[in-house]
Amino acid sequence: MKPAPFDYVRPETVEAAVALLAQSDNAKLLAGGQTLGPMLNLRLAQPDLVIDITRIAELARVEAEPDAVTLGACVTHSAIEDGRVQDFTRGLLPKVARGIAYRAVRNRGTLGGSIAHADPSADWLSCFMALGASLRIAGPGGTRETPMVDFVRGALDCDLASDEIVAAIRLPRLSSAARCGYAKICRKEGEFADAIGVYASDPERGFERLVVGAVGGKPLIADTPGLDGDADLPAMTGILNGIGYKADEYEVQIHAAALLRAVREAFAA
Amino acid sequence: MSGEGIGARLRRKEDDRFMRGRGEYVGDIRLAGMQDVAFLRSPVAHGRIVNIAISETIRDRVFTAADLDGVSPIRAVSRLPGFKPSDQFPLASGKVRHVGELIAMCIAPTRGEAEDLAAQIDVEIEPLPAVADMLAAREAGVALVHEEWGDNLFLETLVDDDIARVAAQAAVKVTREFRTARQCMSPIEGRGVVASWNSRLEQLLVYSSAQMTHITRSGLSECLNIDEGRVRVVAPDVGGGFGYKGILLPEEVCLGWATRRLGFPLRWLEDRRENLTASANCREHHYIVTAYADADGKLLAIDAEATVDSGAYSSYPFSACLEAAQVASILPGVYDFPAYRCHTFSAATNKPPILPYRGVARTGVCFAMELIIDAVARELGMEPAELRMRNLVRPEQMPFDNITKKHFDSGDYPESLRRAVEQIGLAGVRERQTRGEPDGRLIGVGFAVYCEQAAHGTSVYAGWGIPMVPGHEQAFIRFTPDGGLEIRVGVHSHGQGMETTFSQVAHDILGVPHDRIKIIHGDTALTPYSTGTWGSRSMVMAGGAVAEACDQLALRIRKIAAKLLQCSPDDVRREGGELRGPSGSMKIEEVARVWYRRPQDLPPDVDPAGLEVTAGYKPARDSGTFSYASHAVTVAVDPVTGEVEILDYVIVEDGGVLVNPMIVDGQIYGGVAQGIGTALYEEMPFDADAQPLASTLADYMLPGPCEVPAMAIDHMETPSPYTRFGVKGIGEGGAIAPPAAITNAINDALRPLGAELCVSPVTPRRIIEAIAAAKREGADRRQPAAQAS
Repeated sequence: MKPAPFDYVRPETVEAAVALLAQSDNAKLLAGGQTLGPMLNLRLAQPDLVIDITRIAELARVEAEPDAVTLGACVTHSAIEDGRVQDFTRGLLPKVARGIAYRAVRNRGTLGGSIAHADPSADWLSCFMALGASLRIAGPGGTRETPMVDFVRGALDCDLASDEIVAAIRLPRLSSAARCGYAKICRKEGEFADAIGVYASDPERGFERLVVGAVGGKPLIADTPGLDGDADLPAMTGILNGIGYKADEYEVQIHAAALLRAVREAFAA
Repeated sequence: MSGEGIGARLRRKEDDRFMRGRGEYVGDIRLAGMQDVAFLRSPVAHGRIVNIAISETIRDRVFTAADLDGVSPIRAVSRLPGFKPSDQFPLASGKVRHVGELIAMCIAPTRGEAEDLAAQIDVEIEPLPAVADMLAAREAGVALVHEEWGDNLFLETLVDDDIARVAAQAAVKVTREFRTARQCMSPIEGRGVVASWNSRLEQLLVYSSAQMTHITRSGLSECLNIDEGRVRVVAPDVGGGFGYKGILLPEEVCLGWATRRLGFPLRWLEDRRENLTASANCREHHYIVTAYADADGKLLAIDAEATVDSGAYSSYPFSACLEAAQVASILPGVYDFPAYRCHTFSAATNKPPILPYRGVARTGVCFAMELIIDAVARELGMEPAELRMRNLVRPEQMPFDNITKKHFDSGDYPESLRRAVEQIGLAGVRERQTRGEPDGRLIGVGFAVYCEQAAHGTSVYAGWGIPMVPGHEQAFIRFTPDGGLEIRVGVHSHGQGMETTFSQVAHDILGVPHDRIKIIHGDTALTPYSTGTWGSRSMVMAGGAVAEACDQLALRIRKIAAKLLQCSPDDVRREGGELRGPSGSMKIEEVARVWYRRPQDLPPDVDPAGLEVTAGYKPARDSGTFSYASHAVTVAVDPVTGEVEILDYVIVEDGGVLVNPMIVDGQIYGGVAQGIGTALYEEMPFDADAQPLASTLADYMLPGPCEVPAMAIDHMETPSPYTRFGVKGIGEGGAIAPPAAITNAINDALRPLGAELCVSPVTPRRIIEAIAAAKREGADRRQPAAQAS
């Protein structure tokens, strides 16, 4: 399990990284290496050029505005877990971060890496969709903004060209009336989810969203489901049917259970 | 009892280097000029090799079967009637028979470059239908793994009895079908080999992460067709074995051949993908068991058919006979019943060879037996623990020859179960079940009782006729000139703590301080012959030999001391590290120094062999020691998600006299962790083309620290009547009972829903599907949980 030979370069700016991507027809970006590393070792990925973006300061920056916080794509899961990035989601983001893989992985794995890979079971994918995030994407022509829900297209498939880089994730701040909950069902602590449920509601913004993750493709969304603390399993199953989730009995059951746990957590606070 | 002798909970000496990262494993060994090896492995499970195209530019660095002149196939035989041996060519010849089988050996300065070479080789294989399932393998007309056999059976055995006679009288007849998944033994360190030819010594030196160096040496000698005197095998520090490293590897043979041909050292280190997909597997069994009992729950008969999925080749030395034939002899477990029939099949499939993994067949038979006991209890409306009590072999029957002629040496099985019932709080659990849980989860409690035959010797293995039969075990011991002790044993420690425990044995007899005793193991050039570490034999056999050697050394020391203390040897007593006579005393090390430095002061009739002793030992009766335990588990099962939480885990264990109870606890914890893996997590599935589907640890689920609960261990110590100090083998027990106990607990929890699981691992999906199936079948019996006793 050793990689096929590749060239390695470590640019200092986003523009330089984009230029390198544009010049090569077989390049891969390396951030935390927690997904790319194993793929290189298993020779599932055989790029000619690996572009290491961890030296680019701009990508690790956190920008705080009055109604949003923008997290650089190279912020690590452990930075969120530890609160080194000040939490503004009443504990939701650190909780999600804590459940990703193992500490050693979290020390290197990045938000941007997770999103750009778009594994259907990835924790941040469902979480950021639920919070109404938007992404800043850098390319040869400059930067563009796109809502998270449009960015993710399917399993391992997102709206990212081969010469583009996910640069930052912009998350709207939650009002004091907001409620959110996150639940993940998996076989072992830290494993990829078998079912994800995320609930976020912010009455002051007129925002209420339920996200069903780990469905094998793009996470599913139910907007303004009108839920409260009395939500039950049949209601969740009804929502799943309503948004067109098709799977066997076991899958439907555990996804409904994950949704219910998320909703109950949101209303318990 | 001395603070450093038998029974002391001494910290392990070897942990100092292990915990500081200063151990030396095969991967740490650097020899000048060493190059790395990567293998091209078969991508298909069954096929005929049509062509292997290797470009001329790399031809001198790539080897195939045709290049391996003078090399014989690996062939593990058995004398059991009807056994069919297999020829396993170190590099595939003619056919490939499992995914991952070696096809070509590629050599380069680094592993990455060697893998690049493998990627350039073009192999054309004409696929043949794959034999992916052990039951299908037994059917007529199916593809043959070894054409010349005419079928896919390594071995078929039958223990017969007149079941019909008993069946007629039985009030209860319960039949179940059980299936245990194929698993990958997962030591934290994989296999690894460094091979080098020394022209001065005219000797092949092989470092290998191995459990049985003398056996590896014999196997290499046979396959490479060179004298054993020209082969030396060294196992340095080994990061876990569990049976996985009790095998002669085709990789060892390949590197042994190539290093001599090429003239420089070679290294192959197994990566995790090779470990999961290409090397030995374990545990895959299928059973159909029928139990007959009377209305009071007395077992009348067990009738079983069992199949073991043995893979494509018979592994050396254990062979493909071992596991299936063992099923027949150990399925009865700890119970006393009058009639027994067992028909077993060791089936050949297109999968890597099976190896005996910690517990061997015992984990599977315990699963089958303990689950059917619970099923009989449910049928009778009886508390499962009570049904067990009525059928366990009783202490007054010891020593007991059971229905398959196993000689249980000593023990009190009912007492261990009684304590387990009390310590798990069975009555409290039954009461809790009537109340229900606020979170909707279902509570269950389960038990499993087993006994573990260990250190079985010549009298048992002679009949198997496999390439290794253990005989007397030897140990060498000598004083160093400065009064320290050096012990050499042929067994090898790959986690058992032998550097500590053998020191404790020697200290117990000679009184030399623990930190002045050194254990040498793992090197065929430095140690007495031994079949090695397997079957929980080391303390019984090598410990007994160490004790015997110490006894002989003590006699010689006493004689010298008597001269120096000017008294008769009969008047010399040892107290701690000193030898005392009527009018003086001296330290034992001082006596040693006299032999080495002042021979003029020795008695005239001193034994000229000096202070070096090689002694041999086997127990008074070598049919095996029988340690045993009762495991009790409570679980909470979520009936919506199928998630299982272990709430409480109690073990009441009897391993005879314990040399180091702390190490025994560690063995149990580790074994239970592996048992939890078997029960709830680990499974290597194969598809219809016999492709392994869990090729990384993302898919092959191993229990981690969050999955293994704290356990309560209660020790009973009933000495064995046959061994030195009354010790018994205990290394495997922890891994035997958990699948049975945990699954019994899950079934107890699901009883109100009418659902029952008979497979391992019990995954959340399987639980939900069992509940749904029970509901659909209208088996909504709404039975109350079994009455509190």
